[in-house]
Amino acid sequence: MIWGNVQTILNNLYIGITLASIFLLVGLGLTFTFGQMGVINMAHGEFIMAGAYVPYVLQTTFMEQFKGMAVLAALPIAFVVAGLMGVVLERVLLRRMRSRPLDTLLVTFGVSLILQQLAKDLFSANNKDVVTPSFLRGKWDVLGVSLTHTRLFVLLVVVVSVAGVWAFMTLSPAGRRMRAVMQNRDLASVSGLPTSRVDAITFFLGSALAGVAGVAVSLIGPIGTATGNAYILSAFLVVIVGGLGKLRGAVAAAVLLGVLNAYIEHFTSSTIGKAAVFAFVILFLQVRPNGIVTFRTRGLTA
Amino acid sequence: MRVALAATLSLAVLGLAACGGDDSSGGSSSGGEATESSTGGAAASGETIKVGVLQSLSGTMSISEVAVRNSEVMAIEEINAAGGVLGKQLEVIEEDGESKPEVFAQKIDKLLNTDKVAVVFGGWTSASRKAMKPVVEGSNGLLFYPVQYEGLEVSPNIFYTGATTNQQIIPALDYLKEEGLTKVFLVGSDYVFPRTANKEIKAYAAANGLEIMGEEYLQLGDTNVQGVVQKVLDAKPQVVFNTLNGDTNVAFFKELKAKGNTPEQIQTISVSVAEEEVSGIGVDNLEGHLVAWNYYQTTDTPENEKFVEAYKAKYGAEKNTADPIEAGYNSVYIWKAAVEKAGTTEVDKVIAAAGGLELATPEGPLTVHPKNHHVFKTARIGVINGEGLIDEVWNSGKPIEPDPCLDTYDWAKGLADGEARKECDAVKG
Repeated sequence: MIWGNVQTILNNLYIGITLASIFLLVGLGLTFTFGQMGVINMAHGEFIMAGAYVPYVLQTTFMEQFKGMAVLAALPIAFVVAGLMGVVLERVLLRRMRSRPLDTLLVTFGVSLILQQLAKDLFSANNKDVVTPSFLRGKWDVLGVSLTHTRLFVLLVVVVSVAGVWAFMTLSPAGRRMRAVMQNRDLASVSGLPTSRVDAITFFLGSALAGVAGVAVSLIGPIGTATGNAYILSAFLVVIVGGLGKLRGAVAAAVLLGVLNAYIEHFTSSTIGKAAVFAFVILFLQVRPNGIVTFRTRGLTA
Repeated sequence: MRVALAATLSLAVLGLAACGGDDSSGGSSSGGEATESSTGGAAASGETIKVGVLQSLSGTMSISEVAVRNSEVMAIEEINAAGGVLGKQLEVIEEDGESKPEVFAQKIDKLLNTDKVAVVFGGWTSASRKAMKPVVEGSNGLLFYPVQYEGLEVSPNIFYTGATTNQQIIPALDYLKEEGLTKVFLVGSDYVFPRTANKEIKAYAAANGLEIMGEEYLQLGDTNVQGVVQKVLDAKPQVVFNTLNGDTNVAFFKELKAKGNTPEQIQTISVSVAEEEVSGIGVDNLEGHLVAWNYYQTTDTPENEKFVEAYKAKYGAEKNTADPIEAGYNSVYIWKAAVEKAGTTEVDKVIAAAGGLELATPEGPLTVHPKNHHVFKTARIGVINGEGLIDEVWNSGKPIEPDPCLDTYDWAKGLADGEARKECDAVKG
C-alpha cells in the first residue's frame, strides 16, 4: 500500500517534470523576445510549428532512408529556419513599433494567422507524422516509473538549451550586450552599443529556440497548422510567472506549474488541473506581480 | 512600465485561455433575429440554385472538416456536370465555421437569410450543430449534418446522415462484449458528444455486465495527455473506449505507444479516428487498434469504387476517403433526390419528399427514415492495418434502423429527457 503511494508520487513527479520541460522549452525563446524586448509575440507558436514541420520535411524528402538522423539534423536546421523567420519579422514589422509594445500583440497575432494559413497551403490541413527514430523508442522502468525515451529526449534538449542560453548570456560579449540593452536601452545606446543590431540578434535567438522546441514536441504531439496554438499559452505563462527575461525564473516557473498541474490532475481531472493552475497564477501575480525572479535596479521606472 | 505590461499581458493570456474554452462549450446560439422566409423559393429563382457549404476551414477542426468540404463540393460538381438539379446548375456558397460554434451559428444565419441558399451542408462537432440548430429551425432552413454523433436529437429542419448511437456506439459495445473485452476505460474530449456518449455507454455497461474502470476527459486541442494515459495504465482495463476528437488523439496514441502499450495489452476502440486522421497520428502508433464506423475506404461496393477513384483523381492519390467524407458526399445526393421527387427546392416539400428515399451509396444501400430524419446504416467495426487503411472485421449484416432516442433499448430509459424527449415524441407515431 505504502509502496503504491510512493509509486504514485514518483510517477506524477515524473509527469510533472516532463510537462515542465515542455513548458520551459516553448517558453525559453519568449524570455528573450517578450522578456527582454517587451514584444508580445503571438507568432511565437508558429515558429514552434515551423520547427515541428522540419523533421517531417526531412523524413519525407532527402533523408527518407535515415529517419532517425533526420530528427537530430532537424534540431540545427529548425534553429536557423525559425531564427530567420524571427529576424524577418523583427526587421520588417516590429522594429517600427519599439515604443508601442502592446501594438505588437495585434500585429504578431495577424502574422500568426498568416503563417498558419501558409502552412495549410504548403502542407494541407491534415496533421503530419514524424516517425519516432528507433533509438527513441522504448522506455526504462525505474522504481515503477516508465521513463519513455521520447520524453527523456525532450528533457535533454531542454537541459542543453538552458545551459547554452545561460552560457551565451553570461560568458559571451554578445550576451553581455544583450543584457545591457535589456536593462537600460538608453544608457546602452549612449554607451555606443548598436541596440538595433542587438535587437536583431535577440530576436533571432528567441525565435530559433522556438524552432528547437518545435522539433522536440513533434515527437510527442501533433504536427499541424494548429500546433502553435497548443503551446503558446504555456509559453507566456512560464515567462510571466518566472519574471520577465529571467532564465532562473522561467526554470522555476516551469517546474512549479508542471508539477502542480500533474498532481492536481492526478487527484481530480485534466480540466480541473488546468483551471487550478490558472487560479494559482492569478493569485500568485497578486502577491508577486513581477514574477518569481525580479530585476533589482535603481531605476524609478522598473 | 514593466509591471503594467506584465499585468496587461497576463490578462491577455488569461483571456485567450477563456477563448480557447469556447470550443468545448455546449455552444450557444448567436444567430440573430431569424425572419420567416421561404428560403427555397428565392434560391430556385434565376438560372442557378444556391447551396451552402459550411465547414471549418481553419482552427483545430479543419484537420477533419476540410476533407468533408471537399467531398461535398465534389458531389455538387458531379451533379452540375450531369445537368444539375431540376435543369438548373448548383451554385456553391462556401463559408468557414472556424472551428467555433458561435461562428457556425452566425454563418448559417448569413447563408440562409442573406444568401437565401436552398440547403446547407455542414458542421462536424456537436457543439457546432447545437449552435446551428436554433438558427436553422427559426429560419425554416434545411441542414444536412454529415457526422456520427451522440444521438438524443431530432430536428424538423436537420437531416443527420452520419450514424446515431445505435448505429455506431452500441454495435461497438456489442462487439466488445462478444470479444470478451469487458473492462472498459472511457477517454474523451470535454464537450457534448463524448460526455453524452459516455452517459449512454455507462447505461449500457450497467445492463450488460461491462465494467467501467475509469472516465477521463481532455480539453479539445490539449496535448498534455500524460496524466490521463497514466490513469489508464494504472487502471489496467482491457479496452479504452476513445471519444477524443482532433489533435488530442495524436498525443494520446503517441504516449500510449511510448509507454510500451500494444493492442494485445490494452486495446482501444475509437469512434472519431478515421482514415483521414490515421496518417497524422502515425500508422506506427495505431496499427492493430479498433475503430467503429459505417464506411471505410476498403468497403466493397461498386459505388465506393467509383467514389474513391473520383476523390483521389480530384484531390490526390495520397488522399483517403473516410466515413464523414462519404456521409457528406451522400448528403448532397440525398438532397438532390428529395428535390427531384418534390419537383421544387421549397424546404417543407423537400423535407416531406426525403422520408423513405432509397439510394445506392458507397457504404451500400441507404434509406432515409420516414420520420426522424436519420438514415439506416450498416455498422462496421474495423482494425487499422499497416498501410493506414482500415480492414473490416465485423458488420451488422444489414442496415440498422436509426433510433436517436434509444427508445428500443430498455437500459436507455430516461436518457432521452427534456428537449430530446419532446423532439423524439414529436416524430413518433
